[in-house]
Amino acid sequence: MTGDAVRPASGADLTQWRGVATDPDADRSRAEDTAPEAVARLRARSRVLLRDLLRPHRRRLGLAVALLLGQNAAAMAGPYLVMLGIDRAIAPLRAGEPGPLLAVAGGFAAATAVEYVARRGFLTLSARIGQAVLLDLRQRVYAHFLRLSVAFHERYTSGRMISRLTSDLDSIGELVGGGVEGVVLAVLSILSIAGILLWLDLPLAAVTLLAFPFLIWLSRWFARASADAWRRTRETVALVIVHFVESMRGIRAVQAFRREPRNQEIFGAVSDDYRRASRDAFRLIATYSPGIKVIGNVTVAVVLCYGGWRVLGGATGVGVLAAFLLYLRRFFEPMQELSQFYNSLQSATAALEKLAGVLDERPSVAEPARPVPLPTGPGRGAVAFREVTFGYRPDAPIIVGLDLAVPAGQTVALVGATGAGKSTVAKLLARFHDPSAGAVTLDGVDLRAVADAELRRAVVLVTQETHLFGGTVAENIRFGRPDADDAAVQAAARAIGAHDFIAALPEGYDTEVRRRGGRLSAGQRQLVAFARAFLADPTVLILDEATSSLDVPTERLVQHALGTILADRTALVIAHRLSTVETADRVLVLDAGRIVEDGPPARLAATGGRYAALHRQWRESLL
Amino acid sequence: MPAEGDGNPAPRVGAGRHPLRNLWRLRHYLRPHAAEFGWLLLAGLAATGAGLTIPLLAQRVVDGPVARQDPAGLFRLAGLALLLGLVEALLIFIRRWVQASSSMRIEAAIREDVYAHLQRLPAGFHDRWQSGQLLSRVTSDLSVLRRFLSFGLFFLILNLVTYLAVVALLIRLHPALALLVAGSAVPLFLISRHFARRYHAASRRMQDQQGDVATLVEETAQGLRTMKAYGRGPELAARFAVDARALHDTGVAKGRLLARTSALLDLVPNLTLGVVLVAGAAAAAGGALTIGELVAFVSLQLMLIWPVQSLGWIIANGQEAATAADRVQEVLDTPPAIVDAPHALAPRRADVRGRIRFERVSFRYPGTSAPVLREIDLTVEPGETVALVGATGSGKSTLLSLVPRLHEVTGGRITLDGHDLRELRLSALRRLVGVAFEEPTLFSMSVWENLTLGRPEAGADEVRAALALAQADFAYELPWGLATRVGEQGLSLSGGQRQRLALARAVLGRPALLVLDDPLSALDVHTEALVETALKRVLRTTTALLVVHRPSTIALADRVALLEEGRITAVGRHSELLAGVPAYRAVLSAEPTPTPPGERGLVRS
Ligand SMILES: Nc1ncnc2c1ncn2[C@@H]1O[C@H](COP(=O)(O)OP(=O)(O)OP(=O)(O)O)[C@@H](O)[C@H]1O
Ligand SMILES: Nc1ncnc2c1ncn2[C@@H]1O[C@H](COP(=O)(O)OP(=O)(O)OP(=O)(O)O)[C@@H](O)[C@H]1O
Ligand SMILES: [Mg+2]
Ligand SMILES: [Mg+2]
Repeated sequence: MTGDAVRPASGADLTQWRGVATDPDADRSRAEDTAPEAVARLRARSRVLLRDLLRPHRRRLGLAVALLLGQNAAAMAGPYLVMLGIDRAIAPLRAGEPGPLLAVAGGFAAATAVEYVARRGFLTLSARIGQAVLLDLRQRVYAHFLRLSVAFHERYTSGRMISRLTSDLDSIGELVGGGVEGVVLAVLSILSIAGILLWLDLPLAAVTLLAFPFLIWLSRWFARASADAWRRTRETVALVIVHFVESMRGIRAVQAFRREPRNQEIFGAVSDDYRRASRDAFRLIATYSPGIKVIGNVTVAVVLCYGGWRVLGGATGVGVLAAFLLYLRRFFEPMQELSQFYNSLQSATAALEKLAGVLDERPSVAEPARPVPLPTGPGRGAVAFREVTFGYRPDAPIIVGLDLAVPAGQTVALVGATGAGKSTVAKLLARFHDPSAGAVTLDGVDLRAVADAELRRAVVLVTQETHLFGGTVAENIRFGRPDADDAAVQAAARAIGAHDFIAALPEGYDTEVRRRGGRLSAGQRQLVAFARAFLADPTVLILDEATSSLDVPTERLVQHALGTILADRTALVIAHRLSTVETADRVLVLDAGRIVEDGPPARLAATGGRYAALHRQWRESLL
Repeated sequence: MPAEGDGNPAPRVGAGRHPLRNLWRLRHYLRPHAAEFGWLLLAGLAATGAGLTIPLLAQRVVDGPVARQDPAGLFRLAGLALLLGLVEALLIFIRRWVQASSSMRIEAAIREDVYAHLQRLPAGFHDRWQSGQLLSRVTSDLSVLRRFLSFGLFFLILNLVTYLAVVALLIRLHPALALLVAGSAVPLFLISRHFARRYHAASRRMQDQQGDVATLVEETAQGLRTMKAYGRGPELAARFAVDARALHDTGVAKGRLLARTSALLDLVPNLTLGVVLVAGAAAAAGGALTIGELVAFVSLQLMLIWPVQSLGWIIANGQEAATAADRVQEVLDTPPAIVDAPHALAPRRADVRGRIRFERVSFRYPGTSAPVLREIDLTVEPGETVALVGATGSGKSTLLSLVPRLHEVTGGRITLDGHDLRELRLSALRRLVGVAFEEPTLFSMSVWENLTLGRPEAGADEVRAALALAQADFAYELPWGLATRVGEQGLSLSGGQRQRLALARAVLGRPALLVLDDPLSALDVHTEALVETALKRVLRTTTALLVVHRPSTIALADRVALLEEGRITAVGRHSELLAGVPAYRAVLSAEPTPTPPGERGLVRS
């Protein structure tokens, strides 16, 4: 492919600048699809999820509804007592008899008190339930993200994960924050008023009920359209977040390469997509809600006309018509509230669908159903690759039929050109991915059968890209073994020669390393990562270019330390600098996913193969 | 508000000014929509008016045509009711339709401005602020603001007008009772004020906690491989639980506050109603008021309940908007520390000779006391390549970051062809400098876009040449060639592939100055040699500063500078230094030199 063919068009053409991904649906979790059946499935799934979330709160929900009914009854009693007071209490009062008025006043005070207590109780309770549901959901989704495989996360991107756990949960929170209260009341009053209407005048009520087919038709249109629209807002806001997070993370590159204008253009485009999507969603409710109003108002006019005509014809009394008209208003009024709530519900459902999609995703590197315990005792850590084939994409194998047996305690160095697949071998051994054919075993147990916690205690990989978490230096080292005390942390740092620089930091081990360890230099970060692995004390240690950013003397110190660290464990060491390799028991040369040379370093260096060539070149580069 | 330069992390409390001050400062975003907003308000009032008229009309129908047996009048009034009903709905429709687009426009405008500002703020700012705090500002906070602009503000005004109108009507009916009703505004005011204060603090806390959650999630996503490698899922989940629970607790506290206030706000009009009832009944009994008047009074008063009840919700919304505005303004108020001087020069590539000179340059990271670089004096002649050598943590990367002004020198100056860098326009300077960081920063977009990050005008040939130089032709073999999307942070590539792409990006378009930080660290010896050969040709004509750890790479340099503890202690040709400077030999040599036990660690902090 030539460069011209991929040259982006002017403007922020989203598909062009983002490039082509292996999986066209990479942006979605597998459960979310755009096909109608998939959408329906996801809706159903999200309903199940909602039920599941609410189940533990059944009691409290019942109590909340009871409180709401109490509040409603008390609120209804108010106007009735007012009328009672006017009708019945004034005349006695004129006669100098304050009893009835006092009784009404007392009743009124009682109703008000009940309303206050019930309302306060209901609101508090519903906030509690809502927040508890949110907390539950947030933790479930987060825990599930942690379980999902590296491959999933590479596809899904961190921005999207953030968007699920923040923005999507926010929009569910909005539903929780308000609205539920109105709905119950609205439904209640609509039902009771419908009963009253039917009782008052059947023909008039029948005319009124003619509005229902229209209401239902309008609501169904709205349901379909707004589900789509809200779903689009969830997708577009995720893109906004993805772009925002990435450009803030790479801000140094952005500034150094004057990327700002183009970024602004792209951000403008994704932000505009989001704006449009939300606007469309808001416009739907802007149509739906007045639409309901139109139906209500037309019905009122029709009833007015028809009822008046009936009164003229003597079929009904004036009083009935008056009452009917008054009730009719209170019949349609709550529907506005219902429509608002329906809208929030649609928005929350769209978010819930996304979360259900994530929760539905099965980890491709799954925890075994029936874990096999690793054998215990000394001399453990024998690793074997049996006919392992693996590729990140099915059509492009990176590792082909790899066969390798590493006895316990051996230090094996893996060398090869960049892109040969060294890190891939390391990631297979650390079970970031599962082989597509063959098996990787530890002490004879297939890694797929080992419980995750046990595997991680036994095998630790120091990845090629160093990552430190925000927090102190000590916390980062302790990441290797959370129960380690300060002395152990310091001992680990000392062992690999990181103690001196850490002690010289302004707050020593308690210095905040900041986001991704930005407070430290690249080499310092690598040392901390090394100390972390050392503290973890695994049976099998995999070092992927763990000293690439160190200066020569520091590297030498680390190597010296490695001599003791690796003495009693199995190690896979990947390094371009052969100084590390020379001390290994055995060297493997990897080329295009196959082992082409295998033997002790001294022998390979002497036999004139690839390793010998590499070795010669490296020796020449030394001082 | 943190001035750029101090080391404070993101602030947690609003400044001690008036709580609504920052909200008010955002008004200029409303200005383009001011006329719209006025019309919306009018439409809202008219719709309310129309809505109120319909029941009156119904009353007229019952009292008039029906009573008088007048079918024509009946149909006329019913027609009028229909018309009013349609007008009401239409007005509502127009209001909401327009509101939908204007409020979203405002939100998007603020979002883009914040983003633009964040892009201008220097690396020092981004080091200090948690990314999740920034993110929550452009997402959650902005939607809170939008909700206020599209609903809260509108109903605040509408309800206020309704309240005043009803009270005016009441006064006309019965001044004494009306005063009683008006007097109920005092407890309302007190309750609202108390509530507003407490709610302000709670919503600020909540928004900050939302930022914390976002931060932790982002960190988890980034550190996912490390998390997996150590199997630390349970520990992270526990950490997340703490943050999520804090958010939950604040949510519950907010809910409780709102519940109490809402119930109180409900109580006040109810009690007033009761008092009016008793007093009114007494007055009616005494003949000071007709029963009809009392009924009218009470039914008007009932119209006040909704505006008062909704007050709690509106205040809550307003307070959330106020704290959201505080948080947004905290970012917008941070002045970008690295900006163009008033009459900055914009030298063209052709006019630049490329003589870089550090003159007594010192540098201290914001918020730290000890300088990282001290009194650096170094000159790189046009076309010359100088390698920087030094122990881990000696300040090499820091020194390089000063050249494209990612950080600003805190003492001394750096000149390019005699001009202080601060006299040059930032964009022009950065265009002249090609940078490769020690960690290749790639974005999840196409390879092409990653390469042409700052040079969208680059042609296919230029890109091809840059890729060839960096031995990165593998890029053409990716599934979709240069259109292939690179995974986030380039993680779908091997370490060496990432580094070569970053190198290709730096040399693309032949910048006048090259600043390369340990550019070959992830390459195997063979590839390294190939890149070196190609790079050497480029470096012959380009002024370059490179950080080097391996002796092999030093061959690229004409001269070497040794950096020790932030000072340059030796400059010269490689062979000279090797012979004459033991410290230089020590930092490069693979032979263990006997070191006294006290200074085992050569790593400086
Ligand atoms: N996550 C991924 N998705 C898709 N392809 C990948 C991924 N990681 C690596 N690759 C590809 O697999 C091949 C082998 O990569 P690997 O990282 O194993 O190389 P390596 O031997 O470690 O190289 P280096 O020395 O540069 O680190 C490369 O061509 C790379 O582009
Ligand atoms: N953002 C920061 N704030 C405060 N101190 C910092 C910051 N970044 C780096 N430092 C400190 O400044 C010193 C120099 O860091 P620098 O990254 O320049 O080192 P370096 O010479 O590039 O090291 P390496 O060879 O490991 O890359 C280190 O001690 C580091 O801890
Ligand atoms: Mg690798
Ligand atoms: Mg560095």
